[in-house]
Amino acid sequence: MKIGLYPGCSMKGGAQEYQESVAALAKVFDIELVEIPDWNCCGATAAHNMNKELSLSLPARILALAEKEGLSDIVVPCAACYNRLSLVQHELAADASLKAKVSSIIDMKYEGTSGILNIIQFIDKYIAERFEEKVVKPFNYNAACYYGCLLVRPHNILKFDRVEDPESMDILVRKAGGNAIDWAFKTECCGAGLSVSRTDTVARLSGKIMEDASDRKAEVVVVACPMCHSNLDMRRPEINKYLGEDIKIPVLYISQVMGLAVGLDAKTLGLNRHMTEVRLAEKPVKVAEEPVAPKKVANAQKLEA
Amino acid sequence: MSASHDTVHPTTQSGQIRMDTGVIVNKCYQCGKCSAGCPVASEMDYPPSLVMRMLQTEEPVQMEKLLKSMSIWLCVSCEMCLTRCPMEIDIPALMDHLRQKSLSAKKTNPQARKIISFHKSFLDSINYTGRLYEMGLIVDYKMRTGAMIQDVAIAPKMFVKGKLNPVPEIIKGRKKIAAIFNRIHKEGK
Repeated sequence: MKIGLYPGCSMKGGAQEYQESVAALAKVFDIELVEIPDWNCCGATAAHNMNKELSLSLPARILALAEKEGLSDIVVPCAACYNRLSLVQHELAADASLKAKVSSIIDMKYEGTSGILNIIQFIDKYIAERFEEKVVKPFNYNAACYYGCLLVRPHNILKFDRVEDPESMDILVRKAGGNAIDWAFKTECCGAGLSVSRTDTVARLSGKIMEDASDRKAEVVVVACPMCHSNLDMRRPEINKYLGEDIKIPVLYISQVMGLAVGLDAKTLGLNRHMTEVRLAEKPVKVAEEPVAPKKVANAQKLEA
Repeated sequence: MSASHDTVHPTTQSGQIRMDTGVIVNKCYQCGKCSAGCPVASEMDYPPSLVMRMLQTEEPVQMEKLLKSMSIWLCVSCEMCLTRCPMEIDIPALMDHLRQKSLSAKKTNPQARKIISFHKSFLDSINYTGRLYEMGLIVDYKMRTGAMIQDVAIAPKMFVKGKLNPVPEIIKGRKKIAAIFNRIHKEGK
């Protein structure tokens, strides 16, 4: 099975472990990921902040390259790239003259026919059905699934999951044998592209996220975006300084969690590359219990009374 | 929707905004949900709902304040405001519009210098190599801002962990990317 891959710049630099773990997971399920030849950067926040036409043209070239290669489905593991590609495809589909203009700027034919999948949609479509039978080492930990902004917003265009309380990643973590916890910061912003230019802002926003995860006894935070990962993982010293705490909870990509569950080793999945050390104690596998949310039960009783 | 919503007046400030972004500023009825959900509102000089109100006044002096504001640069484009807006007003698109207007009018807030420098360094990297070269970006950013010692301490650990690429990946179509930048640049003049 051949599927297009747009890795994006992070996966070639600071987030190599994301690339490694996605590749390793795909291999287990006999999926061949074909990198879009000679892809360019999507322009990220910088392009849409500074120049609208650039922010449309850079992603359009990527999609045009994929079309040329005959890749009908492309997986875009970086949530920020996924967001930019999807928004541009949507905007150009709605405006024929803009589409023609962008096509002339990039000097390429652009149809806008690619199926753009984020990492969770990719796993749901191509892996989920065959996943559970391959689980050999259940990921027996309390996991706070962090979706961030760009995977779920804006909902009217992305139409992915529930916008305030998404659950698709929680479902995958449960399939991997984990306990996806209820928490309040699933879709709060980590500070995103201000990581370098306003590190204090990032420490505050990411700090609140890590504080809630810690208060609710998460043993791991699970993400699907290299930018979220770098803010929660690499900015941990600044986060801990802001909080006045020493939170050691590691941040794993969903592909790493699922990879561990199917028995891939830590090195193959790039766990050694995280800045916050991944130390997960060996735990006996518990018999799965029905999750009970105490608050909801109390409310229900109140209502009955 | 009233008749006034359906008529675009290109000569007015709000008419221009509508043509550029599709946003109808008068749709906002000041419920404040955007400001309540905005992760950076507490650091902004004008929170999102106030930005909307200022635009509704049609007063050039209010537009001037916004173009010189920190708010437009602190906005992280997280899309929370749009998500929670009962009128589905695309404030993130409006923020992009204001940023670009501020840049072309050369009215950017001096305190936003670092944020803007980062964006410029980012785009330069794409222009030169076709991709973002992280180490090049950081060096370029330091040259622009003089923030020489920032984050120097974590660099060796990142290098050991294989998170810093010592050489940039330059794509074959590098010249095609530069041509895209050129075409857009020429058109903007």
